[in-house]
Amino acid sequence: MFRWLDERLGLAGWARTGLRKVFPDHWSFLFGEVTLFCLVVLVLTGVFLTLFYVPDSTPVVYDGVYLPLHGQTVSAAYASTLDISFEVRAGLVMRQVHHWAALVFVAAIVVHQLRVFFTGAYRRPREINWLVGIGLLVFALAMGITGYSLPDDLLSGTGLRIIHSVIISIPFLGPWIGSLLFGGEFPGHAIISRLFVFHIMLLPALLIGLVGVHLAILWRQKHTQWRGARETESNVVGKAFWPTQVFKSTGLMMLTAAVLALMGGLIQINPVWIYGPFDPTRVSAPAQPDWYVGWLDGALRLFPPIEFTLFGITIPSPFIPGVLLPGLAFGIMTLWPFIESRVTGDNREHHLLDRPRDAPLRTAIGVAALSVFVILTLSAGNDVAAVILNVPLEATTNLLRLAVLVVPIAVGVLTYRVCVELTRREAAAPGGTRPVAVRLRRTADGGFEEVD
Amino acid sequence: MRRLAAALAGLLVVGGVAVALSLEPARADSHDLEPGSIERGARLYQAGCATCHGDSGEGVDGWPPIVNAGEASADFQLRTGRMPYAQERGQQAQRKPPAYGEQEIRDLVAFVASLGDGPAIPEVTLDPALLSPGQRLFASNCAPCHGASGNGGALGGGAIAWPLTDAPPLIVAEAMITGPGQMPIFDWPQEDLNATVTYVEYLRSAPSPGGFSIGGIGPVPEGLVAWFVGMAALAAVVYLVGREWDRTGDGG
Repeated sequence: MFRWLDERLGLAGWARTGLRKVFPDHWSFLFGEVTLFCLVVLVLTGVFLTLFYVPDSTPVVYDGVYLPLHGQTVSAAYASTLDISFEVRAGLVMRQVHHWAALVFVAAIVVHQLRVFFTGAYRRPREINWLVGIGLLVFALAMGITGYSLPDDLLSGTGLRIIHSVIISIPFLGPWIGSLLFGGEFPGHAIISRLFVFHIMLLPALLIGLVGVHLAILWRQKHTQWRGARETESNVVGKAFWPTQVFKSTGLMMLTAAVLALMGGLIQINPVWIYGPFDPTRVSAPAQPDWYVGWLDGALRLFPPIEFTLFGITIPSPFIPGVLLPGLAFGIMTLWPFIESRVTGDNREHHLLDRPRDAPLRTAIGVAALSVFVILTLSAGNDVAAVILNVPLEATTNLLRLAVLVVPIAVGVLTYRVCVELTRREAAAPGGTRPVAVRLRRTADGGFEEVD
Repeated sequence: MRRLAAALAGLLVVGGVAVALSLEPARADSHDLEPGSIERGARLYQAGCATCHGDSGEGVDGWPPIVNAGEASADFQLRTGRMPYAQERGQQAQRKPPAYGEQEIRDLVAFVASLGDGPAIPEVTLDPALLSPGQRLFASNCAPCHGASGNGGALGGGAIAWPLTDAPPLIVAEAMITGPGQMPIFDWPQEDLNATVTYVEYLRSAPSPGGFSIGGIGPVPEGLVAWFVGMAALAAVVYLVGREWDRTGDGG
C-alpha cells in the first residue's frame, strides 16, 4: 500500500524528513496546537448545525415545543435555532459545544499570540508568519461576530444594531457600506443569509487556508526555542515529530475536545429562548457581545459622546472608538515586528527566544497594551457590574475611564522596572546571567557528582 | 423533547398552584378588614412613618405624600423592605428584609388605604396558557430595564432595575400597577397582568435546559467561564502534556 503510493507520488523522502521534524520541548509551544484543535471541534460541530439551521429572516409562526414562544411570529432563522435547541437530537449540546469552542478558540489564539509576542518569536525571519497570524486573528473574530448574529435572537440583533451604527459612522462611506451590507435600512432583509454565507463558506475557507499557510511557513522555517545548554541560534533541539510529538498532539487534541465537550454538556451558554426573537422595536439589557468583541463595546461605552465637524464633515461619536481605535490597534499589532527592528536597529536573524525580562521595553509596552484591552473588555460589562455591586452606572463608567488612562502607564512602568531588576539580580548572582544546565554523573555507590 | 416541554409546563403549573395557594390568605385578609386593624395601623404609622409622610399621609418637607398610595403600594413597599426608607435622601429605596411582621404589615396597609383613594392589592392568577402572550409583553415592556432573563439592569442616576428573581407574583403585580421608584405604571387589563406575572414566575422557577446556568444574562459570565474554566483547564492540559517528562531524552 505505502509502496504503491510511493511509486506513484514519491512521498517517502518527504515523509522521512517530515516525520523527523523536531519540536521544541517547552509546553508553552502547545497553545497554537490547542487553537488548531478548537478549530477542528468548531468545524465538526458547525457542520452538524448547518444541517438544521435555516439562514432566512422570513417571518414564520413558531409552533415548536417551547411554550413561552408558541404561536409567536419569529424569523425562520430563530425558529430553526429553537428547533436545534429543543427538538433536534443532540442539537443543544452541539450548539453549546460550538459556542464554547468559539470562545475558547479566540482565547487560545490570544494566549498563543501573547506567547509569541513576549518572547520575540516574530523577529526576523518570522515576520511573515506574524502577519499570517494577525490575519488568522481577524478571520477568527469575523467568524465569531458572524456566528453570534446567526440565531437572530434579541441579543444578537442588538449586537447587529450596534455594528450597523458603527459602520454608518464612517464619514462619506458609512451609509453606503451599511446599505450595501444589510440590503437597505437596518435591519434590512438580507443580512442573515449573507452572514450565513460569510460564516460557513467564505470565512472558513480563508481561515483554514491561512492555517495551512501558517503551518507550512512554520514547517519550513522550523521552530524557535528557548536558550539552553545545547540550544543555539543554528540548531533546533527537541523531540521528533514521530513518535513523540504525534502522540503528544493526539493526546492534546483528545483532551481539548474533552474539555470543550464537557463545557458544552454541563454549562449553559447563549440561551436564545430566554432572549426571545429579534424585533427592531425591542431591546434587552444587559446586552454584551462575546468576550473578544468586548473591548470595542467597552470603548464605545467609555468614549465621551462627542460629535464634531471636520472640514465640513460630521464625525459621529462611534467613529473614533468603533472604527479608529480598532484600526489603530490592529495597525500597530500588524507592523510591530517592523517597528521594533527599526527602533532597535536589530535586523539579525533570531531563532532563540527572549525571555520577557530580556527585552524590558517590549514587555512593558505589551503589558500596558494588554491592560488597555482588559480594562476596555471589563467596561463592556459595566452595567452588569453596577447591578451586582449596587453602585451607580455612572460611577463605574467614570472609574473605568480613569483606569484606562492611568493603569496602562502604571503597569508599563512597573513591568519595566521589574524586568530591569530581575536582569540586574541575575547578573549579580553567581553563575552568570543565564541558567546553566548541570550534568550529573551517578557514582558507583549511589551518589551524584557534577561533571563539566 | 416533547416530554421535556410537558415536564416544564407541569412544573410551572405545580409551582404556580403552590404560589397561588400561599398568596390566598393575604389577599382574603386585605379585603375583609379585621376589626381594629386601621387603629393598630394608625399607631404603627405614627411611630414609624409620620415623620416623613406626615400625620395623614400628606408628606412633610418634600417627602412623598402617600394619601392616594393605596393598599397595593403600601403592601409592596413594606413587604419588600423598601419602607422604612434607610438611605440618603434622593437615593433609590433598597430592598431589605421587612421591618414589620405579617400582622403589622396588614394593619399598616389597612391604615394607608384608609387615607385616600389608591389601588387595591391586585388579584392575579398564574395561567400556563398565557405564557406566550406574557413573554411578548415582558420582552417589550419589562426586559428593556430588568433584562430578558429578569436578572436586573442598571439605570442611570445610581438606580438599578432590581432582579426579579426574588419577586413572587403578587409583588410583581403590585409593582406593575403602582410603579415604584423610576418604574412606570403598567395599569393593564387583568389578562395582561396575569400573563406578565405568569411569565415572570416561569423565568423564576422553570428549569432552563442546557446545563448549569451561569446567570442566563449572556456574554459577561460566559466570557469569564470561557477564560477561567475553559482556557484555564486547557492551560493545565497543555502544561501536563507539554512539560518535559524525560530530561535525559536526547531529542530523537
